[in-house]
Amino acid sequence: MTLLGLLEREPSHGYDLKRDYDALFGRGKQLPFGQVYSTLARLARDGKVTGGDTEPGAGPDRKRYAITDLGASELRTWLTEPIEPEPHLQTVLFAKVVVALMLGRPADVYLDTQRAAHLRRMRQLTELKRSGSLLDALLADHGLFHLEADLRWIDVTSARLGALAEMVRAK
Amino acid sequence: MTSPDGPARTVVGSRLIEARDVYMSFGATRALAGASLRVGAGEIVAVMGPSGSGKSTLLHCLAGIFTPDKGEVWFDRRRVDQLTDAQRTELRRTAFGFVFQFGQLVPELTVADNIALPLLLNKEKRKAAYAKAAAWLPRLDLDGLGDRRTGELSGGQAQRVALARALIARPRVLFADEPTGSLDTLTGEMVMELLVGLARAEGATVLLVTHDARVAAYADREVLVRDGRVIDHADTSSLSVEVGG
Repeated sequence: MTLLGLLEREPSHGYDLKRDYDALFGRGKQLPFGQVYSTLARLARDGKVTGGDTEPGAGPDRKRYAITDLGASELRTWLTEPIEPEPHLQTVLFAKVVVALMLGRPADVYLDTQRAAHLRRMRQLTELKRSGSLLDALLADHGLFHLEADLRWIDVTSARLGALAEMVRAK
Repeated sequence: MTSPDGPARTVVGSRLIEARDVYMSFGATRALAGASLRVGAGEIVAVMGPSGSGKSTLLHCLAGIFTPDKGEVWFDRRRVDQLTDAQRTELRRTAFGFVFQFGQLVPELTVADNIALPLLLNKEKRKAAYAKAAAWLPRLDLDGLGDRRTGELSGGQAQRVALARALIARPRVLFADEPTGSLDTLTGEMVMELLVGLARAEGATVLLVTHDARVAAYADREVLVRDGRVIDHADTSSLSVEVGG
C-alpha cells in the first residue's frame, strides 16, 4: 500500500520507487528489488497500477508505473480506515510470569531483569531519536511508547506478585 | 588519592557521590531501609520507583537536605551526613544545583533575577552575575525573556529558567526531582534534551528522580528504589576511585 501511495504522488520507475521507499520507510532495512517488481506485477495484475509503455533499453526498470482509479480508490480507503487495535494479550512476558509463579520460581527477579532490558532498549531508541531525523524520532517514539506500556504492566505485575502467586498455585 | 595540594581532583568515572546503607524514617514510616547507591563523576543516573518507594528521600539525603538516621552519605571524599547544618548549606550552595517539579522560582522576580540568584547568594558582583544570567538565556531558548516575571511564564519556560538557575553556578551535581512531571510530553522532552545536553557541557553529574521511563531513558543508567532499598542492575565495579573510607 505504501508503493501505491508513492505512485499516487507521481508515476515512477521501479528503481525510483525503491529509493523513495527506502528513504521514507526503510530505516536501515532496504526493500529488495525483487520485492518491488513482484509487488508491482501483482498490483498490475489486479488493475491497481498500469505498467505503461516500456521505454527504450533492457530490463524491468524501463517500465514507468502509474496508479489506476481502482488503486487510488483502494489507497483512499486504506488511509482512512483504522487498523485493528492489538491488545497484545497472551504475551511471552505474561506467560513467563505465570509459569514462574506456577513453579514457585522467582518471578520478581525475571520482572526486574526484563525491566532493565526494556529500559536499555528505551535508552537506545532515545539516542536514535536525539541523533536522527524527525522520521527516526517518530519511529523511535512509537517503540518508546510501546515499551513504556510494557514497563507499566511490569510495574503493576511486580506490585501484585504476591496475590498472583496465590491465585496461580490454587488453580 | 590525596596530593600534596589536598584532595586529588576527581577524575571522570570516579565515585563522586554515594549513599551507604542509609536508613531514614518519618515517624513510624520507614522511607529508606538500607539504601546504597554509587554515582560516578559525569554520570547521569535515573532513580526510579513507585510512589512512596523512598526515591525522593534518597535524593534529599544525597543532597544533604535530609540527614539519614543511619548510614553514610559521601560526596567527593567528604561525609555529608556528618557536616554541620552550616557546612551542608554551604555545600548545597556551591557544589549542588536543584531542579524540582514545582515552585522553585520566585514569581515576583524576573527571569534574569531568578537565574542570577545563586551567583548573588555566592557574593558574586551584581553586574557579573547578570551578565552570566543573560548569557544563559539563548542556551535555553529564552531570548528576550530576561525582564519577564517568572509568574507569567509557561510551564516549559519556567522549567528552563529553573534549569539555568540550577546550572549557572557550575554545580558538580545536579539533583532533579521529577523535572518534567508537570509538563506535556513534547515540552518535557525539550526540557530533558536541554538538561542532559547542558549538564554534559558543564560536566555536571546528574541524579534524576522520575517515575517516567521515557524520562529515565535520557540517563546513562537507571536504578530502582523499592521498599527503601536500591536495586541496581549496572556493574559499577569499574569505577576507579573511592569517594572515601
